[in-house]
Amino acid sequence: MKLIFKLLIIFLAMEFIDYYKILGIEKTVSEAEIKKAYRTLARKYHPDLNPNDKDAEMKFKQVNEANEVLSDPEKRKKYDQYGKDWRHADQFEKQGYQQRRESGSAGQRAYSGRFTESDFSDFFSSMFGGGQGDYFGGGRQDVQYKGADYKSHLHLKLKDVYKTKKHTVTVDGKNLRINVPAGIEDGQTIKIRGYGGEGANGGPKGDLFITFVIQNNTDFMREGNDLHRQVDLDLYTAVLGGELIVDTFDGKVKLKVAPGTQNDTSVRLKGKGFPVYKKEGEFGDLYVKYKIKIPDTISEKEKELFSELQKLAHHGK
Amino acid sequence: MENRNMIAIESFCRYHRVEETFVFSVQEIGLIQLEIIENSLFISEDKLSDLEKILRLHRELDINPEGIGVVLQLLDNIESLQQENQNLRNKLRRFEL
Repeated sequence: MKLIFKLLIIFLAMEFIDYYKILGIEKTVSEAEIKKAYRTLARKYHPDLNPNDKDAEMKFKQVNEANEVLSDPEKRKKYDQYGKDWRHADQFEKQGYQQRRESGSAGQRAYSGRFTESDFSDFFSSMFGGGQGDYFGGGRQDVQYKGADYKSHLHLKLKDVYKTKKHTVTVDGKNLRINVPAGIEDGQTIKIRGYGGEGANGGPKGDLFITFVIQNNTDFMREGNDLHRQVDLDLYTAVLGGELIVDTFDGKVKLKVAPGTQNDTSVRLKGKGFPVYKKEGEFGDLYVKYKIKIPDTISEKEKELFSELQKLAHHGK
Repeated sequence: MENRNMIAIESFCRYHRVEETFVFSVQEIGLIQLEIIENSLFISEDKLSDLEKILRLHRELDINPEGIGVVLQLLDNIESLQQENQNLRNKLRRFEL
């Protein structure tokens, strides 16, 4: 009894999804109109036409699911019959419980050839016993299908990707150690073959796509493999020339400053930039831009000397 | 040795339940490149996802090969514009420092 009660609670908690609303159609429309509405929305939200757009991917998933149900007359009939009022239909509840008991797997996941989040609607899988169809919407029993591709994000700091290192990514509750090559870029996606969802009917496993989100909390600005940074240069060194110790990404370097260096002068330090992805030993360049600091408070003595310099400059002219 | 990274078109079509003529038609208009090895047609593994994308666009959106060609070209254009936009933003950020 307890089990029946639990299943009933789970069943009642499932969110009702209005497939007609998703497709923007009335309940009375013909099959042709369903197809037309699906085509229009599929074109709008298709993941291949909206790369890296999670909202579009989710909408496409919903549209696809709605179409799977409404374009099949038998499924549509069931949906229409128990649809919005299914919570109050005792008979349906019993039937639903019976169906799930017969299937022997209350938590069965609907197979999806494309999507990472494979549980869009429990209602769908429990009502129709999973198996939303193949990658291209077929739904044949005997064909092997590749498992769902998983997508994941790995958040790293810029310093973490300066050298090739192993990092842990959690996918589907499992920790996976992956080797992240030095020089990987923000937004870059890598594919790890065979680490996606299980295939259906003995089909191959899907792939895992990891997109890197790289946070830069350094003073360096990264542009491809090159790095840029600004350094302060005191007035005297700018005028007279001298030496300056500058931080690079992996240590300090001594720079020679030419006499008469102007504000915003940029110097290039070859090979002191970021590592080139998958090209061991190759680095971009570091561009250092000088920002000349004018003293904002000066002593009486300094004021005197500056005045002398001013006179000298005017006299020289 | 080379065959290891190649997928036979025959296997691809069987797996995806698609007529080989479809693959030939997308090859004809230059959307994919096939290779002949010992009288059989193959596609290299790294181009497999391109062909699967073409097939998805065809089946899920009912687009013919010529239309797919236009879609792919426009997607390429969008990608390079987005890249250019990103580069310009990065450059602009440097001036804002």
